[in-house]
Formats: sequence, C-alpha cells, structure tokens
Amino acid sequence: MDTVKDTSDYGALFQNLINRILKGDGYSTAGLRQAAFNNSDLPEPLHAFITKVANAAFKVTDGEVEAVKQSGVSEDEIFELIVCAAVGAASRQYENGLAALAEAMQEGGQHAS
Amino acid sequence: MRLEILNNGYKLGARLLFSIIKIVSGYPLPDAARLVFYRPDFYGTPAKAFTQRAMRGPSGWSVAERELMAAYVSKLNQCTFCVKAHSAVSAAAYGDNTKVESVLTDPGEAAITLPLRATLLMLGKLTRQGTVSADDVRKVIAVGVSTSQIEDALAVCFAFNVTNRLADTFDFFVPSDDAFKAGAKYLLKRGYSG
Repeated sequence: MDTVKDTSDYGALFQNLINRILKGDGYSTAGLRQAAFNNSDLPEPLHAFITKVANAAFKVTDGEVEAVKQSGVSEDEIFELIVCAAVGAASRQYENGLAALAEAMQEGGQHAS
Repeated sequence: MRLEILNNGYKLGARLLFSIIKIVSGYPLPDAARLVFYRPDFYGTPAKAFTQRAMRGPSGWSVAERELMAAYVSKLNQCTFCVKAHSAVSAAAYGDNTKVESVLTDPGEAAITLPLRATLLMLGKLTRQGTVSADDVRKVIAVGVSTSQIEDALAVCFAFNVTNRLADTFDFFVPSDDAFKAGAKYLLKRGYSG
C-alpha cells in the first residue's frame, strides 16, 4: 500500500478502506485480518479457503464456507476475513499497476497527453 | 448468500429500505447492493466512496467506458453476477448492446477506439497475471492515453477485482436480465454512493 501515494484522491480513499478493514474494530483479531489480507500465515482450513478467495473466488463452494464455520470461526469473523482477502489480493495487483505506471512516467513517458 | 448474516443480519432501517425498494422497483435489491448495508462501517462505506470516485468521478473516460472496463475485468475473473450487471450498465450508457458483447468476446477485434482497446488489454493482463510492466504501460501511453486515464482505469480494475471476489465467495444471487436492466438504470441515475 506504500506505492499508492496521495498524489491523487484515490490514494486517500484507498488508504481509508485498507486502514478500516485492517486496523478498525472487528470480531476477528487485527493479526488474523492482516494474515487474510496477505494470504499468509493462516491455520487450516482458513488457509486453503482464503487462498481460493484470493486466487479463484469463482470456484468457492458451500462446503468450503461450511468447513470454516465448523472449525469454530463465527460468521462475522468469516465476513471480515473474506473482505480482507479480496481487498488484499486486489491491492497487490493495484500496487503493481501503479508501480509500472510510475516507472513508465520516470523513464520517458513524458509525451503523455 | 453463503453467510446467514448477509441474508438476515441487517438492521431495521436497512430491512425497511429493502422492502420499499422491492415495492417501488418490482425487484428485490441485488445482493451487491445489500452487501454494503451489512456493517457498512467495516466495508460498505469506505468501499462505496472508492467505487463512486472510480466509476462516476471526474475522468477522461466516459461512464460507458468505465462500466465496460468493469464488465471486462469481471469476465476475466469469471464473475457471472458482475459481468451481467456491468454489461447492462455499459450497454445502457452506450445505447448499444453489441459493442459490449463484442468487447467481452475479444477486445482485440471489437469496434472500439485504440486508447480503450490498449487500456482493456493492459487491465486484462493485470487481472490475469497480477502484474504489468512499465513497457506494458508505455504501450498504452503511446496510443494517446493520459497518465490520469491510466490511474482511473487501474482504480476501476481494483474496485472490480475486490467486488468480483466478494460476489463469488458470498455467492450473489444472479437474477433475470430484466432485473439487471432495472439495476443498470438505477446505477446510471444514482451511481454507487446511494
């Protein structure tokens, strides 16, 4: 999230969303939300589930959501972790895109209209 | 939806609003719109602010073009709900269904402007591979796309890479084409911040 600078109004709106879901009040711990956002350091069955949300959400099944519930994670916690996983995966792409734009502008993107 | 709290966990004010919308429009509120009413302080409110800026804020892209980008990103993520929803908005904004369909089939061949084509292809690569290079961006700039238009397009791409994942994980109900048309009319008139 460091590459999304406040040079445009998107920077502040983006940061606001990230700060809220990772650092604001929630049912799940901030550590678990950050792990879902990063898609790393999660216990099973959360790890397999969050990986699917991040990389192939269209393949998520009822059974996988049920398995996470059965493992003792509440619906509100699951809601938060799914949001963090989705925003995290999309953020990594977004930042890669912004970094490529910054690099293109630095090295001779000057004729940009 | 897959979590019971997203079906029945809304506060009274939201539930009343859902009932009124159903009576007035003739259609239940789509799941994408319901979701942002669930604990709006956590996700709905900050997400709507970003999406409204990207989809309806000042931009070198028209609303029709941004909705087309949203539909195209959704197509690559295989998110049926979002493809249908944003194809309908783009088609209504363009006043042309065929254009949207041809872009979703093959943006390389569709009858669209060079800047839009180059931008869609870049967003496609970013969505499929998770990254693009400075050279990929330079190709887009070379056909006349401004850097602020690239920023706008990346923001649309981000918003829909989030929404697509939520739609499929929560399993948004996919309603009839007529319901999507009604939803498109609303999104064109009112945007995403309502």
